Amino acid sequence: MTTSEPLIVLEHVNKHFGPLHVLQDVSLTVSRGEVVVVIGPSGSGKSTLCRAINRLEPIDGGTITFDGRPLPAEGKALARLRSEVGMVFQSFNLFAHKTILQNVMLGPVKVRKEKPDSVRERAMSLLDRVGIASQADKYPAQLSGGQQQRVAIARALAMQPKALLFDEPTSALDPEMVGEVLDVMTSLAKDGMTMVVVTHEMGFARHAADRVVFMADGQLVEESTPVDFFENPKSERARDFLSKILTH
Amino acid sequence: MDVFSDPTNFETYKVGFLWILKLTAAGTVGSVVLGVVLAAMRVSPIPVLRGFGTGWVNLFRNTPLTLIVFFCYFGLYSALGLELSDDIDRNNYWLGVVGLSVYTAAFVCEAIRSGINTVPAGQAEAARAIGMSFLQTLTVVILPQAARAVVAPLGSIFIALAKNSTIVGTIGLMESSSAMKELINANGDAVVPIFLVFAGTFALVLIPTGYLFGWLANRLAVKR
Repeated sequence: MTTSEPLIVLEHVNKHFGPLHVLQDVSLTVSRGEVVVVIGPSGSGKSTLCRAINRLEPIDGGTITFDGRPLPAEGKALARLRSEVGMVFQSFNLFAHKTILQNVMLGPVKVRKEKPDSVRERAMSLLDRVGIASQADKYPAQLSGGQQQRVAIARALAMQPKALLFDEPTSALDPEMVGEVLDVMTSLAKDGMTMVVVTHEMGFARHAADRVVFMADGQLVEESTPVDFFENPKSERARDFLSKILTH
Repeated sequence: MDVFSDPTNFETYKVGFLWILKLTAAGTVGSVVLGVVLAAMRVSPIPVLRGFGTGWVNLFRNTPLTLIVFFCYFGLYSALGLELSDDIDRNNYWLGVVGLSVYTAAFVCEAIRSGINTVPAGQAEAARAIGMSFLQTLTVVILPQAARAVVAPLGSIFIALAKNSTIVGTIGLMESSSAMKELINANGDAVVPIFLVFAGTFALVLIPTGYLFGWLANRLAVKR
């Protein structure tokens, strides 16, 4: 499903948080339909990289282009870009004062100005797809973490995005709820959605990723296929990381 | 209680409280509209607007209401010729509403702003991530949650507004405190009963108002 046509291109991206150089000359290309999993130790800059792609974190240097155009700095153009790039957060961030269905409908209705009636139909089928249709009229606080995260995925999908960004989507979940979220993500990957996934789920990286990117200390250390990366990591840093997480 | 069985006196009492009700109602609307706009300014990314909001709050929160109401009368009306109605009572009433609104808006603004701080940053990020503008993020996602968080303190502000409305008496409106003064002047033998009736009327309306806002605060609270 992966084509060689690039959708997200980062070139020599730099970002500082005060004295911390969190992204150091990072270059990465994600093709249309590709699933790229970003892994690495805490504080390596993975989340910042993910958030830079829809400019929730502005960068200090380098360029990011999406679908052939450089990221707009602000205003309407930036809002339009964000509407084309779905984002799923570690802490779900469902709108607490809206029902599940309203959460999914809000973007298309408010941002795209679509008719609520047609959006409702699409939203319900998306909720059905992630297995939450029966909870449509509940509020986020009434759902489990795994259910909330699946709603968050449906909310992102409702905008019919060209790509989806996942910022540690399962890190805040109880262990028994991780699977249901990863199942939804795996099915999206199979359907050809372009995805950038920051995660610690090595199983997901192995079976769903087209490519694994390993980051450490703000640098992109290694990128290869999942098989190559897990069987035969090239860098010392990656070997060290894998030895720490895979021996348990 | 003989004082209030006299129809003229009762009329004075009734008209006085009607003015208080009207001042409170109009002042609530004016201060909420202004206060929300000011709060939006104070959290906006535009420095000029932020400065304006901060300046407003600092100016009006720290100026005695009596001075503000006096200025509305002697400054806006007498000196600058701003006439809000041909009827003298109505004119004083509207000048009072202006004074009460600009003053109370400063407090409403700060309450709403503290409410905005209770809304997790992730809510705004999620709104921006689906492509909402700053204004949409604020009005659709942030303010509805912020307002629900500050229902109880807003109730206190509105109760204070109701009592502060009596200050409009200083620019000639026959609201309840002026009415009380008039009745006391004419009935020196019944000062205490007159005071108790006026104070009691305020308490009778405002105590349930306080409970109502407490109940609303619980009911409207956003579950997280």
